[in-house]
Amino acid sequence: MSWYPYCVAGWLVLAGIFGVVRSRDLIHTVICVSIAQSGTYVLLLSIGYQSGASAPIFGSSTPPSAPVVDPVVQAMALTDIVVSATVTALLLALVVQVAKRHGTIVPDELRALRG
Amino acid sequence: MSRRARLVVFAIGGVALAIVFGFAFARMPHFGATHHPYRDLSVAFAVLRQSANAVSAVNFDQRGFDTLGEETILLASVLGAVILLRPSDSERARTPKDTGPVLSLTRLVGYVLLPVTLIIGADVVAHGQLTPGGGFQGGVVLATGLHLLYITGSYQALRRLRPLAWYEYGEAIGMGAVVVLGVSGLIAGAGFLANVLPLGTMGQLYSSGTVGVFSVAVGAEVASGVVVLLAQFLEQDIAITQGKNE
Repeated sequence: MSWYPYCVAGWLVLAGIFGVVRSRDLIHTVICVSIAQSGTYVLLLSIGYQSGASAPIFGSSTPPSAPVVDPVVQAMALTDIVVSATVTALLLALVVQVAKRHGTIVPDELRALRG
Repeated sequence: MSRRARLVVFAIGGVALAIVFGFAFARMPHFGATHHPYRDLSVAFAVLRQSANAVSAVNFDQRGFDTLGEETILLASVLGAVILLRPSDSERARTPKDTGPVLSLTRLVGYVLLPVTLIIGADVVAHGQLTPGGGFQGGVVLATGLHLLYITGSYQALRRLRPLAWYEYGEAIGMGAVVVLGVSGLIAGAGFLANVLPLGTMGQLYSSGTVGVFSVAVGAEVASGVVVLLAQFLEQDIAITQGKNE
């Protein structure tokens, strides 16, 4: 069981890429990219996890000496989420432009480059 | 490339990637194990800096320079979306009419939750050094909370409460404040984005030096950035129509 979360992360990345490859709709492609990226959140958080440890927020219930999970990978997952959100927004803006200029968002119908 | 050929290429690459993942995972520390060297160093440093929220301490103190980069990515992508979604020559913006009838219950929930959400967002931003949250999370809550007005069916009200220019300034000010914070660390002789303010006591509202200030600046930038970003998509959908400018 100890590699199970890592395998979930790898599976999410592969499933996301598979979705991109067989996509028939650019919105679907963008969502698949963010699914592939969400595999990295699972990987980061499962690397930092410790059984029985609490969240790295200190207070009355968690003294600074108590075992906590790794805050470094949590901060990286936060960075990852911000980047993913901005990339998704930019890609969706590109899809809007593609829809306007080509009248379609089916990737296979986008044949020619247009200036 | 045909769909079939594409799937074959993916199958080869995907299997290879899965095998590489397998090798990597086999040598990784077990899930849930107790050995976390970065955690030990980072938590000790966060406690030293009187920061109750170790994740915020990492983001806004230990990795402050990376967070500046992250903010720049956000700024650049908002800018990119604004450029991509501006009306082209063959389009014009019209003043949209309010949408059709909205359930009065939806309207009520929207109006009641608007102030609640804004207060929660401000709380999450302001207590970034103490409780789960911080500038990024609180900023998104603030920005999306504002869009409850759109759910209530009044795009006009949203537009009135959202003079877009102000949010563009807000984004620039948030970004600029972080740079000023970094330079003030340089002036104090400690280095760019060094934690130069008095540290206070862990658990108090004022604690952990620059972490709280950094968090609020990031909150201003994220909230403004997300508002500007969502505004572009909403305008695109609601206000922009085909047809030449008269």
